[in-house]
Amino acid sequence: MSVLKVIRYFAWAAVVVMALVAGLAALGFRPGQMDAGRMPLAASVGGPFELTTQEGRRFKSEELKGKPFALFFGFTNCPDVCPTTLLELTNRMEDLGPDADKIRLVFITVDPARDTPEFLKRYLANFDKRLIGLTGTQDEIAAVAKAYRAIYKKVPTKDDYTMDHTATVYLMDAQGRFVSTIAYQEPADTQRAKLKRLIAGS
Amino acid sequence: MNASFARGFCRVTLHRVTLCCAILTSMSQPLLAQTSRVEIAPALPSAAFKVGDLSIETPWMRETPDGARVAGGFMRIINRGKISDRLLSGSAPFSKRIEMHEMRMDGGVMKMRELDKGLEVKPGETVELKPGGLHVMYMDLAEQPKAGEKRKTTLVFEKAGKVEIDVVVVPRGQNAPTGKAHHH
Repeated sequence: MSVLKVIRYFAWAAVVVMALVAGLAALGFRPGQMDAGRMPLAASVGGPFELTTQEGRRFKSEELKGKPFALFFGFTNCPDVCPTTLLELTNRMEDLGPDADKIRLVFITVDPARDTPEFLKRYLANFDKRLIGLTGTQDEIAAVAKAYRAIYKKVPTKDDYTMDHTATVYLMDAQGRFVSTIAYQEPADTQRAKLKRLIAGS
Repeated sequence: MNASFARGFCRVTLHRVTLCCAILTSMSQPLLAQTSRVEIAPALPSAAFKVGDLSIETPWMRETPDGARVAGGFMRIINRGKISDRLLSGSAPFSKRIEMHEMRMDGGVMKMRELDKGLEVKPGETVELKPGGLHVMYMDLAEQPKAGEKRKTTLVFEKAGKVEIDVVVVPRGQNAPTGKAHHH
């Protein structure tokens, strides 16, 4: 093999590597979108929390131990992303059939001022009955969001306010460790596969 | 690795990277130029409401979960006139007020902004209000729209004025005015 040929092969290899790196950067590799394997911070996503359920009962994250769970931050005054995600998770639970009991769904409001336990109960009744709806004080919500590296922010409108928030579904294993995520509007098949993998892995 | 090999390697690599960048840039331009505003004005389907040079096509919304206090309204607004217009406000009997919002996803974070200057529709343009993007936001719902209903909404444009439209209510989870629900 001539030197020129070797150069040519290595040059193409270098181009491929650079393109991959640039591609990953361009795709916006940020926490909350990565899988555990590619995510050095995986170990630091999640953690203990204490909140209040839609039944008004205090709830400690230890109660989640023993089954994997899918966790989502949102608020009920959300016209699109939150009801869509809750409906999708509800549909995925139906898809899972009996396996659905091997997983838990957790919804944490980022708008505790409006989302009281009573209101959460009424709203979540529209979705899978197994959903654990959680609210709390502003400090408690801030703490759990920080633990999950989720972002939320109150945004004023003319007469009211709305919330920006992380719209990623966190998939956590039976020990409460971060496994992967479901991104907003990921195809149903991918969602299903990820949930099945989560159940099988726990 | 000797010096001439290294030099040659660097030079050829640099050349190829430049080439690839040029190709990628040219490929991505039409993508970058693509926004929710498209230049075409498709033929009028049946559910079109006209006011002045504007037509509002296939307005729709989703059935809301019981207890929901907000809902998004979606439609296409086409400006066939020569001057720019602006959707300023609206009203509906089933909600206290209407705002115009823009939603976008930013690195996994859902961001919502009120368009405080309204929603501009330039001449010759079609503005698409759809899930995940621009929408009319019904605030403080007095009742829950149910799938199969048609709900009256009045839109107020800066130049064209008022127009009353019938908004078709589709089942929850549906991502378009017609077709299958999001449940596969």
